[in-house]
Amino acid sequence: MGVKMIAKIITGAFALTLYSGAAISSYQLNLPAPQSGIATQIYDLHTLLLWICLAIFVGVFGVMFYSILKHRKSLGYKAANFHHSTTVEIIWTIIPFIILISMAYPATQTIISMKDTASPDITIKATGYQWQWGYDYLKGEGEGASFYSKLSTPQEQIRNKAPKGEHYLMEVDNNMVVPVGKKIRVLLTANDVIHAWSVQELGVKQDAIPGFIRDAWFKADKPGIYRGQCSELCGKEHAFMPIVVEAMEPEKYTQWVANQKKKSEATVVDVNKIFTIDELKTEGEKVYTANCAACHQANGKGLPGAFPALDGSKVANGPKAGHIKTVVNGETGTAMASFKHLSDVDIAAVVTYERNAWGNATGDMVQPSEINEFRK
Amino acid sequence: MAAVHHPDHGHGHEHEHHGAPSGIMRWMTTTNHKDIGTLYLWFSFMMFLTGGVMALTIRAELFQPGLQLVEPEFFNQLTTLHGLVMVFGAIMPAFVGFANWQIPMMIGAPDMAFARMNNWSFWLLPPAALLLIGSFFVPGGAAAGGWTLYPPLSTQMGMGMDMTIFAVHIMGASSIMGSINIVTTVLNMRAPGMTMMKMPLFVWTWLITAYLLIAVMPVLAGAVTMLLTDRHFGTNFFNAAGGGDPVMFQHIFWFFGHPEVYIMILPAFGIVSQIIPVFARKPLFGYSSMVYATSSIAILSFVVWAHHMFTVGMPVSAQLFFMYATMLIAVPTGVKVFNWTATMWQGSMTFEAPMLFAIGFIFLFTLGGFSGIVLAIVPVDIQLQETYYVIAHFHYVLVSGSLFALFGGTYYWLPKWTGHMYDETLAKTHFWLSMIFFNVTFFVQHFLGLAGMPRRTPDYALQFADFNQISSIGAFGFGLSQLLFLYVILKCIRGGEKATNQVWEGADTLEFTLPSPPPYHSFETPPIVK
Repeated sequence: MGVKMIAKIITGAFALTLYSGAAISSYQLNLPAPQSGIATQIYDLHTLLLWICLAIFVGVFGVMFYSILKHRKSLGYKAANFHHSTTVEIIWTIIPFIILISMAYPATQTIISMKDTASPDITIKATGYQWQWGYDYLKGEGEGASFYSKLSTPQEQIRNKAPKGEHYLMEVDNNMVVPVGKKIRVLLTANDVIHAWSVQELGVKQDAIPGFIRDAWFKADKPGIYRGQCSELCGKEHAFMPIVVEAMEPEKYTQWVANQKKKSEATVVDVNKIFTIDELKTEGEKVYTANCAACHQANGKGLPGAFPALDGSKVANGPKAGHIKTVVNGETGTAMASFKHLSDVDIAAVVTYERNAWGNATGDMVQPSEINEFRK
Repeated sequence: MAAVHHPDHGHGHEHEHHGAPSGIMRWMTTTNHKDIGTLYLWFSFMMFLTGGVMALTIRAELFQPGLQLVEPEFFNQLTTLHGLVMVFGAIMPAFVGFANWQIPMMIGAPDMAFARMNNWSFWLLPPAALLLIGSFFVPGGAAAGGWTLYPPLSTQMGMGMDMTIFAVHIMGASSIMGSINIVTTVLNMRAPGMTMMKMPLFVWTWLITAYLLIAVMPVLAGAVTMLLTDRHFGTNFFNAAGGGDPVMFQHIFWFFGHPEVYIMILPAFGIVSQIIPVFARKPLFGYSSMVYATSSIAILSFVVWAHHMFTVGMPVSAQLFFMYATMLIAVPTGVKVFNWTATMWQGSMTFEAPMLFAIGFIFLFTLGGFSGIVLAIVPVDIQLQETYYVIAHFHYVLVSGSLFALFGGTYYWLPKWTGHMYDETLAKTHFWLSMIFFNVTFFVQHFLGLAGMPRRTPDYALQFADFNQISSIGAFGFGLSQLLFLYVILKCIRGGEKATNQVWEGADTLEFTLPSPPPYHSFETPPIVK
């Protein structure tokens, strides 16, 4: 009776756990549902591994716990005195070998197909920056599209001053858009430190290494939005540079490509155009907020010890050339990365802004043509 | 020390080290293996608490999504220093402490081979620890690139990184001296009749560990030196813009790092192999296969390093090689688990605290082995690399592995060291609290990792909130349980039931032929082993 009661309680509790597990999706116990062929293979491989481990677990600990229960001094059990058996030892060396081979065989096949990045439909370069991703569509439909992808979760949510949204920390301003059913090859590199581009549902994780190009590929089965996060420690905002891949039907993708084209045509600016100081300052503040404020802070005070203040700094109040050089090339050996990937207009604007914001009042103005000149 | 050469002092009397300094100078100048062992053990316990406070700060921040307690850059400093302090400050010195206390007594030697170098090996550690902890207070704070110190991120840091590099150099020197001492002692100072294949397994595992240390600590020293010259002297070992390669650092680091993993687990295997037969009242099953398995693990550890870096983009052939080599390690490790189980089989077992921790070790270490196999499989590893799954995996082998073995070993030998039995009820409570809270903390992290939560992040998406909360609660429970451990030890040092020479009914190694506590200088006339 007592045993029955306990069994009832345990099954009840178990059912309840399952139930609540279904109701609250946050108790996810396994890999996310796979959305590409490779991810499906990995999912199945992992399931196979778990079953094998479970079988070994039951075997080994079944014996051990039987022994713990029965072979006790308190039960008056007398110790045997055997201390080796060559036969048994050979058997339990060989059996693990066979088990391992059964694991290695399917894994090997998956590795080979994961590494086959040949003949892609579309090639996209993803570049890791501290702390955002840049995407350049290099080949295939959409060639020429190029944009940055930055966390869009507002600071108030991170600082607990506003309720957190559904996709807290997993949302960006510009999704990487791809068509479904097409082989997408992603080329990975980085601008400053090592980052890693990862989307579990598509079965991809690849480090982005500064100065080197690595590649990976995926083919999304279904339209949908797949989210991942930078997976290599890349500094203080490492938690805040997600990856969002939006897979859409090919027709929709064609439309998206057309829109991108229009957008980029609209934003092409002649490098020789002369701006007013106010235009530069307004634009510069935007660039500053997007690229510099994470370290140097919105108020230009930096974080003492870690990131220098720009307000009143030697660089921002010294010669223009030195300031431009620091922004474009970065400072080796420090956290100041190179920002040469920004456009001439952006760099001109942000330098102008920094030289005239907060307590800085140099009155200097930097035109895009000067940056263009500097780059030569 | 004068007393060592004194011809006519007896055993078992406190006055025997007359002429030696007292007070703090006794500890500063000591060349006695027992004193130095004690120093190592207390040092490592203090570092364990220090690293623990860092871990609890991390878990407190992760209790809820959003940034509450610490800023991201300080968070990264905490994860980095938690790793460095626990690996180099807590686990490694604790095992060296055990080696100092136990190896001479277990092989029937009077002391370690190089007694003065032994003193220096220990006293290098406190300055290294000061450098590490002190780096929190310099401009820019402590190193924040992870304990693996990967460039180019680590070249971006302030002087905290230089202090870390210097600390690693010093601790490396200390480890190498300690290892040379252990190798020399084991090879030259065994009692007559104690052949290599009669040595207790703890001595065997430490001998192999010492060789591993001598092989890989210089490699680490080289890697961090290159980092230092890249930072300050214009070299470009790891800077692609100057013709270097950041991934090369990872290869060098993990060539050190993987054997390092076994440096932290082989002596634990040794301790468990001492405890299980004693409490099963039955000889260890498969002694020689244990020795061969340990050696195979040590040798294999040199050819698996790149499994820590399956996502850096290696050719297929390299991924396959490192996967197969890694999987091979499961064979000797499996042999060990089977041998322990066979030792328990048909024994006459009792379950005092050392045995509980040894069984807890086997059980949880094996779970860590399972997740290790899962991570060895490249495609699965690619999904799990740099997620909480990895954190769960290595805490199962390092906390419920190495640390549980250290707890077990402490309870096992504490009566020998102090001459008093410890409080068994409290020790068992310590075991059960540790066991439960450990699993509450780390088991759920497997799920977090599978669901994709990246490690080394101060904030996380909402779907990870519940398991993080559970994990944080577990962490605080685990941390507080360790204060009980401290209390049990202090209580045992101050008094308690008198321990017999043999201490445990089934104990038959040489240290249990000595009085409890053993005399300041033991085995000046070597025992004869038959």
